[in-house]
Amino acid sequence: MIRSFKGRVIIQGQLQGEAVVSRQGFNVLASMQKDLMGKKSTVKGSDQNNPDIYSKAISGKILCLPQTIGSTTGGMVLQAAAAMDRAPLAILFSEHIDSLAAGGVILAKVWNDRNIVTVDGLGKDFLSAVNSGDKLSIEMDGTVHVHKNK
Amino acid sequence: MYSPSMKLTKEEKEILSGSKGETARKALESVVRFGDIFGADRLLDLNHGVHLVTSFGIPLLTPVFDIMDELISSGLKTAKPFTVDPRPTDFKNVACPLPAKLVFKKIMYAKQQDYEKQLLKVGLKDNKAFSCACYLEEVGNIPKKGDILAWAESSAVVYANSVLAARSNRNSGVLELLCGITGKAPNFGLLSDEGRKALWIIEVKTNALPEAQLLGSAIGMKVMEAVPYIKGLNKFLGNELTNDAKDYLKDMGAASASNGAVGLFHVDGLTPEAKEQGSSLVLKDAKTYIIDDAEIARIRNSYPLMWKNPQAKAERCFIGCPHLSKNQLYGWLDRLEKGLKDSNRRKLAVPVILTTAPDVEAVFRSDTAALKRLEATGAKLSTICPLMYMNNPLCGKKPVITNSNKLRTYTMARYFTDDEIIGIVCGGAK
Repeated sequence: MIRSFKGRVIIQGQLQGEAVVSRQGFNVLASMQKDLMGKKSTVKGSDQNNPDIYSKAISGKILCLPQTIGSTTGGMVLQAAAAMDRAPLAILFSEHIDSLAAGGVILAKVWNDRNIVTVDGLGKDFLSAVNSGDKLSIEMDGTVHVHKNK
Repeated sequence: MYSPSMKLTKEEKEILSGSKGETARKALESVVRFGDIFGADRLLDLNHGVHLVTSFGIPLLTPVFDIMDELISSGLKTAKPFTVDPRPTDFKNVACPLPAKLVFKKIMYAKQQDYEKQLLKVGLKDNKAFSCACYLEEVGNIPKKGDILAWAESSAVVYANSVLAARSNRNSGVLELLCGITGKAPNFGLLSDEGRKALWIIEVKTNALPEAQLLGSAIGMKVMEAVPYIKGLNKFLGNELTNDAKDYLKDMGAASASNGAVGLFHVDGLTPEAKEQGSSLVLKDAKTYIIDDAEIARIRNSYPLMWKNPQAKAERCFIGCPHLSKNQLYGWLDRLEKGLKDSNRRKLAVPVILTTAPDVEAVFRSDTAALKRLEATGAKLSTICPLMYMNNPLCGKKPVITNSNKLRTYTMARYFTDDEIIGIVCGGAK
């Protein structure tokens, strides 16, 4: 079964990947700082206040979330992850992208030539429909297909 | 090449085409992309210096330091001098064990000195310009009413917007620097008249002036990023922005910005825009939130205690997040002395660190009589950022108490009201 959702393109790209889903605000600093500081090849969620992503791989996945929260350094941490090739493959927001994440994906693109494909405004139904481990495909126009196993 | 959605001037278009070099192009493209995401119609000229949130040389942020190097090698700096958040360490006044010190110096903030050199090269005001309360008189980064800003420190943004009636969005780190480099900020949100209208009416119905840190917390948790119009507070604070009123609003705003994401509040009859425009600032479909003594108590009781041992004795107390004003500093000196007198003690029972801006610290230290009085209590004066200090796992797990709701929110520090703090640190409370 495939369910499709249309959002707004922030950073354009076409790709496929596996979802990792945070149903609550995703704290970039708390989730990613530890493994980035430890120079791990794959960043796993380290925010103990976020059971959705705790200990799950974030690098190379498609991160699905409402918005990011926390320190205004969050955008810089996202940029650092991208520069180290440890960022998510794409970030899909159910709500309007927040200023911290926006700063991060812009810095990564403009200053590090790293595209973190980003789509926002996918709606609450998107976040209800998608689960960690689902296969996702993203189109250039901001359409996201959720491929369910059943 | 990036195609902007917003309308740009001829000069801005030329810069985006590379007329002033690749680094200037990238700086402007970052600012324009940021504005486009939030529906900005154009760029506005900044008419005041920026304030940066990133004050710490953590090696994780190497890509940010690379941007700084690129700006420096291209000869770019901000048109006006800027200020930045407090330094993360102060070993002289905030002692910590050797292992924690090594973590600070060798791991967490190993690039601190290099980063500070970079900051000076791109326009930092001077070596003292490290404070979250950059708008204090002694620090001097004080925008005027209507000035267009690009600040990122949340407590400074809410103060500048609300108390000074300047205009800044809550910017992402580094974006505020790039706004300063380009001299531009995208016109959206709190920069526009419409974005400054209130979606919430807050009715303060407490029997006495509520603790600023608790009122701000309640407001932030309820309205999140919306603008609140606060009624009933001028009954306690008066209708003039006295030093006491400004200090109160500083702490209330910081709590609302960290417990929620408030970037601007209006206080009926007190803050500049509320005095001028009154309830015309309130949107038609605004919701109402009543805050009485029971609601303040409910908010207070909702705070989780993060200490491993809830009965642990406090090992340190931080007062001054955001940094204390000179007025507050002298006020705390008086309160500590009175608390010690009331409990028949000569020295504090818990080590107290009062944190303030380096420029305020210099003024206070020059008052040798006041300094002697403070030293007599055992309290220390520091310019550190308590939050950055608590980020060190070896320090952050210690039982620390504070009167700051911001520090409580971002660390494991335990919150107490000002009176409770006095009781604890002066040994008068169990």
